[in-house]
Amino acid sequence: MGRKLLIHNDHVPNIHTLEVYRAHGGYASVEKALKTMQPDQVTDEVKKSGLRGRGGAGFPTGMKWSFLAKPEGVPRYLVCNADESEPGTFKDRYLMEKIPHALIEGMITSSFALGAKTSYIYIRGEYFYVARIVEAAIAEAYAAGWLGKNILGTDFSHDCYVQVGGGAYICGEETALLESLEGKRGNPRIKPPFPAVAGLWGCPTVVNNVETIAAVVPIVNMGGEEYAKIGVGKSTGTKLISASGHINKPGVYEIELGITVEDFIYSDEYCGGIRNGKKLKAVVAGGSSVPILPTELILKTAKGEPRLMTYESLSDGGFSTGTMLGSGGFIAMDEDTSIVKNLFTFSRFYHHESCGQCSPCREGTGWMEKILKKFLDGTANESDVDLLWDIQSKIEGKTICPLGEAAAWPVAAAIRHFKHEFIEIAQKKKFVDISHYDRLNKIRA
Amino acid sequence: MKVTIDGIEIDVPKGTTILQAARMIGAEVAPPTMCYYSSLKTSGGYCRTCIVKVTQGSTANPTPMPKPVASCRTEVMDGMVVENTINKDVLEARKGVVEFLLMNHPLDCPVCDQAGECHLQDLGYEHGAATTRYEFPRREFEKIDIGKYVQLHMTRCIMCFRCVKVAEQLTDNRVHGVMHRGDAAEISTYIENVIENDFSGNVIDVCPVGALTDKTFRFKSRVWFTKPVDATCDCKKCSGKVRLWMKGEEVLRVTARKDQWGEAEEFICNTCRFERKNTSDWKTEGPSPIHKSSVISQNHYENLNELKVKIMKQQKALGFTPFDKRP
Repeated sequence: MGRKLLIHNDHVPNIHTLEVYRAHGGYASVEKALKTMQPDQVTDEVKKSGLRGRGGAGFPTGMKWSFLAKPEGVPRYLVCNADESEPGTFKDRYLMEKIPHALIEGMITSSFALGAKTSYIYIRGEYFYVARIVEAAIAEAYAAGWLGKNILGTDFSHDCYVQVGGGAYICGEETALLESLEGKRGNPRIKPPFPAVAGLWGCPTVVNNVETIAAVVPIVNMGGEEYAKIGVGKSTGTKLISASGHINKPGVYEIELGITVEDFIYSDEYCGGIRNGKKLKAVVAGGSSVPILPTELILKTAKGEPRLMTYESLSDGGFSTGTMLGSGGFIAMDEDTSIVKNLFTFSRFYHHESCGQCSPCREGTGWMEKILKKFLDGTANESDVDLLWDIQSKIEGKTICPLGEAAAWPVAAAIRHFKHEFIEIAQKKKFVDISHYDRLNKIRA
Repeated sequence: MKVTIDGIEIDVPKGTTILQAARMIGAEVAPPTMCYYSSLKTSGGYCRTCIVKVTQGSTANPTPMPKPVASCRTEVMDGMVVENTINKDVLEARKGVVEFLLMNHPLDCPVCDQAGECHLQDLGYEHGAATTRYEFPRREFEKIDIGKYVQLHMTRCIMCFRCVKVAEQLTDNRVHGVMHRGDAAEISTYIENVIENDFSGNVIDVCPVGALTDKTFRFKSRVWFTKPVDATCDCKKCSGKVRLWMKGEEVLRVTARKDQWGEAEEFICNTCRFERKNTSDWKTEGPSPIHKSSVISQNHYENLNELKVKIMKQQKALGFTPFDKRP
């Protein structure tokens, strides 16, 4: 059994209440940090832990915190990014739903380290019921004195608010999130300046993922060095993986970074193998935007080494033979899956979610979806594959925010590894039934 | 700060953007822009036509920037080396951007009032491909009426956000903005409101395409048949420095004076733009400077006969039979 630090108590009845959470050792990190540590010491522990951002980019959290500008007389903010909208990722929802106090505890401890008197939890619009759970937990924390003025009798005062988004994927991009939080249209800002210098209302701001903030709790409790002992190399600690697709046991798993991908898919502790005894065809390892990999490349790297569930191992080989850990949305597909149809679903999503600010993404995402629809309709030609490739290359890296890349990478990877499927459909003019989507569109209209 | 653009070095003050530095060198190396407007704050960065490659970040940190950057929103660093027209990838990427911009554009130039002074026409001519690879129906929008002065043609819009910045920064109340998202995003007023304020007419001048045009000039004349004249008046609301577009003695249109980059030098008020259409309202300064490559300076078609001969020669060389000569 792997070690669990975040959701080890998820089976405890009523763990969402403060009473039960406290009885299981909750809020110890707040006590430890506020009473025995200086804010910089907390940041140092996070640096030592090697914790990397769990939202997808994997940027070292301690470094991000140390970039925060600290001018005199200007408030600083901590913003929790709970706008988890990547298809295939649902770990933050699980954490907030089950153990909301873990997030709030992390918010208090992190805010103490950053010197933030106010923090916000930005929850995606579709998670309205999760927002209620978190709000109830915040009310409990206020009543028990964990939030508010002079927490634990110290000088540190802190307020935490929940803000519910309007249901846009783009608001998970940190600067779009800040715009939305300010009450504006959720369009990504042009960087620089980065939020660490000018974020929420122009003040220095740190934006962290739910899981990142929750991970600060065990780091403070056990010490950064101890935390860093878990994992391999620069991928330290544990990670929540949202496993979905054609596996026997879909769900949220906490893994120690460094187990093999094969172990994760086939062991009974985690996914439990491919359902109905089918063969694995491909895996999207970190949420829909990361490149898809065929079985032979996801289980072993191009060099023949077993692939591990770490930031480095999954990206081994670059995009030509590797992928990314991303946000940990692990989607497994069996041998019956049509990669083209799956890609159409992804492209349709990114087209629908593009904010419309910059031209390559606004126009390109829709174009790619329309071409992929041609494949499903059986009207595509072989030249359409090259056209798709060209379009994605003209979106990638040319946009303001990473949504352009998120839309381009899956297309590039599907063509890179499964070009024969596109060609086959184009040659045979084979029709794939997509009435399912037509129905969906009717419901939406 | 020293910055090198396409091999030409220039010394610029701190805070200058790559685009501004390139414009200081000259039009040969200046990247084209569709959304950047120097007098509007926070404009730029959206259209991506001005992207350039930074091959050396600065003297202190010479690593190249991994992705192409929007030159209009990237400030120069000391010792920065930028490649624009000499970099194949940049030109290829720009071609892609032009394709994206034209993809859903109706290309109704023959009936568009902007033709002849349209930045998208110039951009397409200089950087675009001859044919489109887009085979699907182009995007259309329902027409909305935004008042008696300004005509909105949303189908022609390329979402440069300039008019939104005008509304934010020049007028008292912002009454229009962007609705919806992605490729369904549109410039609109909420519940078909009318845009009414003294400086709203400037949205026409900043619009790089024919999405926002002057209703008082609509279908009156092609711009190249009119003659631009700089003129002034004593206006209490604005500077009164304008450009009159004349046909004979008639003032067909009044706009702001535009500089080399097609940007208004000074914004003018609606009274000057829409109400003062008599020569007696204005003190003329003389003909406006227009670049010789512009269609507007092509002799105003004064020597029509010469032109006809020229065209016929070209047609003959191409083996083209004129329509009236066909059997």
